[in-house]
Amino acid sequence: MDKSKHIVLAHGGGGQLTDELIANTLLPRLGNETLGQLLDSSIVPGTAERMAMTIDSYVVRPLFFPGGDIGRLAVCGTVNDLAVCGAEPLGLALSLIMAEGLEREVLESAMNSVREAADEAGVKVITGDTKVVGRGQADGMYITTAGVGSVREGLRLHPDQIRAGDKLIISGTIADHGLAVMLAREMPEVQSVLRSDVAPLNRMIGRLLDKVSGVVFMRDPTRGGLACVAADIAGRTGLHVVLDEGRIPIRAETRHAADMLGLEVLEVASEGKVVVVVRPEAAEAALGALREDEHGRDARIIGQVEDTRDGLCELQTVLGGRRIMLKPYGEQLSRIC
Amino acid sequence: MTGHEALDRLRSAAAAVGRPMAFMEVCGTHTVQAFRCGLHSLMPGNVRLISGPGCPVCVTSQGDIDMLIELARRPGVTLCTYGDMLRVTGTDGNLEEARTMGADVRVVYCSLEAVKLAGAEATREVVFAGVGFETTTPATAAAALEAERLGLRNFSVLVSHKRILPAMRALLESGQVKVDGFLCPGHVAVITGYATFAPIVRRYGLSCVVAGFEGAQIAMGMARLVELVRDGQPALENLYPQVVTRWGNRRAQNLMRRVFRPVGARWRGLGSIVDSGLAFRSRYARFDAQRRYELTPVESAEPPGCRCGDVITGRCTPAECKLFGAACTPVCPIGPCMVSSEGTCQAWFKYRRQDKAGVPAGAGSN
Amino acid sequence: MCLAVPAQVKNCDGNEAIVDLHGNRVRVSTVLSPEVKEGDWVLVHAGFVIQQLTPEAAAETFAVLADLVEKGGPP
Repeated sequence: MDKSKHIVLAHGGGGQLTDELIANTLLPRLGNETLGQLLDSSIVPGTAERMAMTIDSYVVRPLFFPGGDIGRLAVCGTVNDLAVCGAEPLGLALSLIMAEGLEREVLESAMNSVREAADEAGVKVITGDTKVVGRGQADGMYITTAGVGSVREGLRLHPDQIRAGDKLIISGTIADHGLAVMLAREMPEVQSVLRSDVAPLNRMIGRLLDKVSGVVFMRDPTRGGLACVAADIAGRTGLHVVLDEGRIPIRAETRHAADMLGLEVLEVASEGKVVVVVRPEAAEAALGALREDEHGRDARIIGQVEDTRDGLCELQTVLGGRRIMLKPYGEQLSRIC
Repeated sequence: MTGHEALDRLRSAAAAVGRPMAFMEVCGTHTVQAFRCGLHSLMPGNVRLISGPGCPVCVTSQGDIDMLIELARRPGVTLCTYGDMLRVTGTDGNLEEARTMGADVRVVYCSLEAVKLAGAEATREVVFAGVGFETTTPATAAAALEAERLGLRNFSVLVSHKRILPAMRALLESGQVKVDGFLCPGHVAVITGYATFAPIVRRYGLSCVVAGFEGAQIAMGMARLVELVRDGQPALENLYPQVVTRWGNRRAQNLMRRVFRPVGARWRGLGSIVDSGLAFRSRYARFDAQRRYELTPVESAEPPGCRCGDVITGRCTPAECKLFGAACTPVCPIGPCMVSSEGTCQAWFKYRRQDKAGVPAGAGSN
Repeated sequence: MCLAVPAQVKNCDGNEAIVDLHGNRVRVSTVLSPEVKEGDWVLVHAGFVIQQLTPEAAAETFAVLADLVEKGGPP
């Protein structure tokens, strides 16, 4: 196999071929002073009283989908997990597992996306690892990203802060990512305008927290979608959450794709959205702050927390009735993130 | 009529009637949609919408499911199926588990994909799981005709298609189900025409209202059913004229008739019903997977305590089954009504409020 | 199982057609409804066109959809 065009097992061996891969493919794209030291550990730039840390693995299939790819996802997913805890990302650690035979072009493209997304978020990849496994394993590529961030002083976002009366806001249209990926995978012959919404939200959330006090909790609706986040909030707080179906922003083409695939759109992942739980008196201001950002233009207030102590989430339907929204079982949508 | 207008009419008609009424829907999609749109929480206290045997996956016999799984496990066989069938359990596992263990099971969104696959992979034996009511049966007929046109020798169908009208008749004949009318499936009626339900109205004096699947459309269907009881005039009504005509899609019916003939079929929970199933006509016998692979369905008893048979005939609600919500949940299902995404038990579990005993909370909700 | 969605025919080609809804373009079989032509609104189920919408229904569907597009989604 032509090593200049494909990844081979030896690229993961830690020897000369690994050095070559890092020097020719990874550093040119991800390079920065810290990463360039190529030491076993890197010093995190910046420090804080309270540090946040998160980790996520990205096993999406296909690797490239309308609106994004595994590289972009690997940065945004982790950055967003830090951001929703009120943490500003300080550095990312990237672990690549590749299958033998992966085209180098594919790796290069994914790494370009990592760099672009990291630049958008204003964060750097400061340390990394590469491994290569046998042909056919790892479906081409898996990426695991850990992130470290500094938590805003005095901020504690946690479900135990949530009270009856609090409002729920979604920063924009839901399910675009999951459906773009599912459609690309299940019905590749369908030409669609669907695009993943994968985006880093740390700047938008930073602005929100700068301008508005009264935000008590945030979550990004990835696997399991909005239904999972809302049901989880109800379950953890023991309170009652009601979402207003008519207010949930859903693109027509996304809803249509969900119908075609037989999926419940409320259970499908977004990768560029956040659910914000906020004190009622701060809701309008929070909405305004989100809408100032390009990623929050379609923000809406979609529900509220009620004081019935049943730990259940309900949907107030367009017809005017109510029905339960349980946490989804999670088997339907594999390899979305 | 908007959804809110339909609800107003439903309420005033129900108040005028006074006595308790029960109507049955016979379509899994109606079962789920009625819950999803919140209709059950809005029904007047004296009106109940019962689910009947409308979930084709739920009524597929254990024997048929076992044959599918057995075929899937055979080396050289590629089993193509609609997604709904993946997790339905037979005597020993389900198709999804078989796939994890190496069986070649593929989800298709169109029956013709299975035919294309057979054409492309001449060394594989492709079997398509033909499950569904009249909405879906023409697609299987079209697939068989296409396979014939292409002269394919490696394509077959395990036919489990069913016809809804014989089941409705069997239910009523059994005398065990008392309903005041039927909410009839809109997309089945696209194929069959609404006239297909006329015998129910004539023979049993029960109204049949054909409705679509949006919340407002189902509410409208319920309103008309109650108004017809109020007015003492059983009637056949089509509330989905956008796509449902009196005689339906003739071409689709002709294709079905050309390829299939009615046979007795076994419905899980209902037993055998005359003329309620379909089998290939002799000209198409070579596409019959059961014949090709010399399979014989073997029925076994339902798991102890499982009341799916009673649930899908409207004889009991899911909450009245002791296993419901306890031993039998969507994560850990026992019977088909809990496995299928259109099963009555799964719908109840997911969308209804229940107290710890699984008994529904709130008046007027069913 | 009975999920069927309306769509508009963009192109007919023998036994198949390309239908469009909200920018999603799918190739479907017209074997069950061979009389459909470009511009028709149809009902699609499991990869087949199973019915044409009546002209009134088509107008209604189109109006509702145009409305949705203008307002940018549900209210």
